[in-house]
Amino acid sequence: MFPTPIEKRPRSAQITYQAFLPVALILWLLPLLAVALFSIKPDADFTNGNYWGVPSSFEAFTNYGKVFFESNMPRYLLNSLFITIPTVIGAVALSCMAGFALGVYKFKGNLLIFFIFIAGNFVPFQILMVPVRDLTVSMNLYDTKLGLVLFHVAFQTGFCTLFMRNFIRALPFPLIEAARVEGVAEWRIFLYVVLPLMKPALAALAVLIFTFIWNDYFWAVVLTQGPDAQPVTAGITEFNSQFRAAYHLMSAGSIVAALPPVAMFFLMQKHFIAGLTLGAVK
Amino acid sequence: MSVSPTVPSTTPQRGWYKRNEIAITPWLFLLPAMLFFAVYVIIPIGQSFWISFHQWDGLGDKTWVGTANYERLLGIGEQNIDRKFEVSFWNNLRWLILYLLAIPAGLFIALFLNQTVFGIRLYKSLFFFPFVISQVVVGLVFSWFYLPNVGLFDVITGWFGIDVRGGILGNPSTATYGIIAAGLWPQTAYCMILYLTGLNAVDPEQVEAARLDGAKGRKMLWYVILPQLKPATFIAFVVTIIGALRSFDLISVMTNGGPFGSTRVLSFYMFEESLSEFGFRMGYGAAIAVVLFFIMLGFIVYFLWSMYQDEKGAH
Repeated sequence: MFPTPIEKRPRSAQITYQAFLPVALILWLLPLLAVALFSIKPDADFTNGNYWGVPSSFEAFTNYGKVFFESNMPRYLLNSLFITIPTVIGAVALSCMAGFALGVYKFKGNLLIFFIFIAGNFVPFQILMVPVRDLTVSMNLYDTKLGLVLFHVAFQTGFCTLFMRNFIRALPFPLIEAARVEGVAEWRIFLYVVLPLMKPALAALAVLIFTFIWNDYFWAVVLTQGPDAQPVTAGITEFNSQFRAAYHLMSAGSIVAALPPVAMFFLMQKHFIAGLTLGAVK
Repeated sequence: MSVSPTVPSTTPQRGWYKRNEIAITPWLFLLPAMLFFAVYVIIPIGQSFWISFHQWDGLGDKTWVGTANYERLLGIGEQNIDRKFEVSFWNNLRWLILYLLAIPAGLFIALFLNQTVFGIRLYKSLFFFPFVISQVVVGLVFSWFYLPNVGLFDVITGWFGIDVRGGILGNPSTATYGIIAAGLWPQTAYCMILYLTGLNAVDPEQVEAARLDGAKGRKMLWYVILPQLKPATFIAFVVTIIGALRSFDLISVMTNGGPFGSTRVLSFYMFEESLSEFGFRMGYGAAIAVVLFFIMLGFIVYFLWSMYQDEKGAH
């Protein structure tokens, strides 16, 4: 193990390390802690210039109450949910099948198609922006959740296919051969042999895509406007103009907007990290 | 896998699909993904190229203008180079170079946290935390952190007698760096988690052997550990380059391109030209996007080439 395990170091080094850990963490998360502090302060603190001191009163319930009951925030949150969940299902379903095709079969153009999926995943969003917006408008899907979902599914399929294909490649191939010898139809092999083995990959991809899509801002701005369809990342700017310079409310709003992916991460940590670090180890 | 030649009679004739199952199945499975990807990703790239040779407001007819958009952008012929484009381009370069700092920083934190003391798992997750938060929120958080006079950053630098005029984000000479620093925060967390996973897989026998040979500290890191972390470094490099060139959310939220347009990057400038109050200059915007695409293409080709080498090695 590198660096040398701290247990093998002198006692003094161990104590220094243990004491320094929380300090380092607080420094690292300082901007976030500041926002958390802002969100429980009363309005008066900001007018009095008490930005960073102890809150003069604890106003978390009032502030978060306002976010939930006196703004469009709940709507934006729901929109985000209705955009994110279908995208996760769609992208994972499409890429499962594509990954199966690319991972199991040998055919001409296999590697080329695979590389097109990877390359497409890296292109700058801006080169897609004008035509995709145009397409969405012409399908009458501008400013709808469906319009965003369709694009997200398509774009995320690139990354997901890369992920799935590599995962399927690592599965034991004799299993598939054996099923073929038994005369099992190919689509049944996918459904009953491969799919059950892909559960960890499915979980990892689902949490990753959830986070990516929830946090998307660019496409939300390009393809939607207004509280009918906008997700929370775009809605937060509208929320902020409603409460201009009301830092206690803006920070409460930001925390609410950031929370779902954070919760997802802590609940599914193992899968999340497995997905994110795919390929980091040979 | 060859399909057996059809033997006449004896066995009942199987259907055409059954006979060609192995050949057809992959295409059936690929079809939906390819269709979506073609319609929303591949074809739009071509369309953007096409649009970049036109003048177009996004609604009416397109007017063919040949390479006029590019000439205006790059200042070919009589005209000067588009100043906003120039600023954006140099800012992109700053992003690219400074963003790479996330890799050593992530490695440093990973080395710091690669211990097995009580509660270390929680520490690791909390250090990773910034990556999970949306860039919009990161941008907001940092813009409050940078507030002139009252922001925590100004307060702390004030103790050392440093005073940035107008605050970090209000000063054209510091604003871009302030935004990049905000971007480095989640990006470092990402690189950290890649390296933590990589460190987990480092071969303990090699480390022990090197230790017996007297290697330690920096030498050990450079000659024994880093070579084994190569896959992690490659991925960290890929995601950091892509992240740097995709920077948009932070700029949009923190400065909206200002002050005086000093924080624009190509992705932001393109958006501004095509979809903002200044009018819908889709053709010109598409030309900017094409330039950005070619910058990215250089990296994409390199990434794909590396992956191709790996694929060849695997067979």
